[in-house]
Amino acid sequence: MEDQKQLFTVSIYTENNIGLLNRISAIFQRRHINIESINTSVSEIEEVSKFTIVVNLSEEKVKKILGQIEKQVEVIKAYYHTDDETIYQESCMFKLQSDLLFEERQIQNIIKESNARIVTVNKEFFVIEKSGRKEEVELLYRELKPFGILQFTRSGRISVSKKPMKISQMLKAFNY
Amino acid sequence: MNIQKEKISEGNISVTERISGSEAVIRCLLAEGVKTLYGYPGGAIMPVYDELYKYQDQIHHVLTRHEQGATHAAQGYARISGKVGVAIATSGPGATNFVTGIADAQIDSTPMVCITGQVGSHLLGSDAFQETDIVGISTPVTKWNHQITKASEIPEVFAKAFYIAKSGRPGPVLIDITKDAQFEEFDFNYQKCKGVRSYKPFPAIDSEKVQEAATLINKAKKPMIIWGQGVILGKAESELKAVIEKTGIPSAWTILGASAIPTSHPLNVGMLGMHGNYAPNKLTNECDVLIAIGMRFDDRVTGNLETYAKQAKVIHFEIDAAEIDKNVKTEVAVLGNAKESLSQLLSLLNPTEHTAWHQEFKDLYAIEYEKVIRHDLHPTKEGLTMGEVLKEINIQSNGDAAIVSDVGQHQMIACRYAEFNQTKSNITSGGLGTMGFGLPAAIGAKMAAPERQVVSISGDGGYQMTIQELGTIFQQKVAVKVVVLNNDFLGMVRQWQQMFFEKRYASTEMINPDFVAIAKAYYLKARKVTKREELKEAVAEMMASEEAYFLEVCVEKEGNVFPMIPTGASVSDIRLE
Repeated sequence: MEDQKQLFTVSIYTENNIGLLNRISAIFQRRHINIESINTSVSEIEEVSKFTIVVNLSEEKVKKILGQIEKQVEVIKAYYHTDDETIYQESCMFKLQSDLLFEERQIQNIIKESNARIVTVNKEFFVIEKSGRKEEVELLYRELKPFGILQFTRSGRISVSKKPMKISQMLKAFNY
Repeated sequence: MNIQKEKISEGNISVTERISGSEAVIRCLLAEGVKTLYGYPGGAIMPVYDELYKYQDQIHHVLTRHEQGATHAAQGYARISGKVGVAIATSGPGATNFVTGIADAQIDSTPMVCITGQVGSHLLGSDAFQETDIVGISTPVTKWNHQITKASEIPEVFAKAFYIAKSGRPGPVLIDITKDAQFEEFDFNYQKCKGVRSYKPFPAIDSEKVQEAATLINKAKKPMIIWGQGVILGKAESELKAVIEKTGIPSAWTILGASAIPTSHPLNVGMLGMHGNYAPNKLTNECDVLIAIGMRFDDRVTGNLETYAKQAKVIHFEIDAAEIDKNVKTEVAVLGNAKESLSQLLSLLNPTEHTAWHQEFKDLYAIEYEKVIRHDLHPTKEGLTMGEVLKEINIQSNGDAAIVSDVGQHQMIACRYAEFNQTKSNITSGGLGTMGFGLPAAIGAKMAAPERQVVSISGDGGYQMTIQELGTIFQQKVAVKVVVLNNDFLGMVRQWQQMFFEKRYASTEMINPDFVAIAKAYYLKARKVTKREELKEAVAEMMASEEAYFLEVCVEKEGNVFPMIPTGASVSDIRLE
């Protein structure tokens, strides 16, 4: 009876309070749900924070989780979206040995074709940055791996929904 | 430090005064109308205790014997009065001892404000003496919590705490205050909280949904109401009664909803759930419309959800949006306060009678009476039953007593058989099932309602988990009546071992002390009953006592509580033996 699992992006608008991250992550932990990625940042509204959490769940479970999240006193509003309903990106950085730039011509092609950007180059190493969908980041990783990656890091997903989330109107209704 | 001698009225204090953080704590409590709080002092909360000393003519601090006792006492106070219970403790172990009571209040929606001292802010995170991250620890079990590191935050945080604890679906709130913030002086004034922008405790009632609910109810052939504590918390008792009486719908309750409608009401068909009455459990799976009011379909009430009320259209009146469709799919959900929702509903309902349907409940009750109740209340065998003790208390209190039970067999017996004439009379740990809850909760209940007869009923197991609170009863002269139904077993666990673990009684037998001697050591009147002939007179002596009284009743050792829905079974598979 349970519907199929899929990726959902949960967007949570909150007050900017110490401990709220703990309170929200505890809701997932209680139900033994792994968070695929999490990002917190400022939002389009001053003094309002935004959590972007990616989870792999059935829609029924996501709805229940959302109820528990919205119940938290300092959560203003929470939404969930499928990948089709959002524009999303993540970002990554690779640190590689500088020799490669000169000795392996292919590297330059990989960088160009993947729309990655060279952030810095010095004698020992260079750093490239790439933003895009998870699959693009993973592809770049696979392509660079044979050359030896000194360091790699990837951010959590950030996303904007295609439809408006109407947070400003909600806050205005509260005479804010 | 200046000592405020004149009485402080409740509400906003607009004049600004320079006072310490610790004095501000007391002034906030007074402004919120707090007259009694329960707690235990220690290093990190000493500045506040110093102010409690100075304000002792205006606010009564009750020294419990353990911080857990303070939380349960505050819960008992809140449950019987509908006001916010307040508990206070020091940092570290004082704060961690609060956790059980806070978790209990969270799952049973009890309004409570807990105050803990914390090490100085410069020591936070340094593993200082008696430092613990109580805000982190209490996060999953509080409705809201906050750490104060500056005195100037105190008024706003306290105002918010009281507002959050009691509004919407109530719950516990914890405020942690560093010691330096208690000492710090600042310009104090107090404004009551009128709202928090991210928090919407009073959902607007959708009258279309109420109309849909009314239409379903008006068309129903076999409707059934199941109500919970939301009726009591929402002060909707008279609205519920009016709905029941206008429609003639048989109505059953969860244990936290007990007493909202008098036990003797002809349409009150009894208790739901694992050890509830036969008829309402069985007929949950035969009704055509199931009307749930202020209850959350706890697993102890529903049994197996796959086979729960599948034939019925479910209507859910509920204040907490997260409860809608959480466990049981609803046909119509009315979000909002029970009082307003039911009064809107009432005007849309047709007067109906469901005599034949109601008769089905009566017929099943007759079966339950023969198989279970007769033996429980009128036993013919030698051993005393828990049920006959409850029956005697009912008779001698005329159903006016508040019954505060602990957790286990005696609790189920108390909930099944206690007769209630008035609301807020069944105080028990429902969701968390906290053994040790009863005795301290009874202290809080008696102090909040001194005019009422408050009877604490515990088993020999749970009683010993917070037995030290006899000291609080003695010191504070709380005229609570303490009954221990002693079967020398952890009876409920033993019952399960008998039924599901082939009588392997692993660690459930208790070699008990002389309970009467212990009570007497605390200078309480005490008596032990072992024979049926003594029971009536002993209960009479207890009920007549002007002061606290301890009564131990030795009951049959291996008595079982029936009916019973085994874990994972359907409500319609409820067993009578």
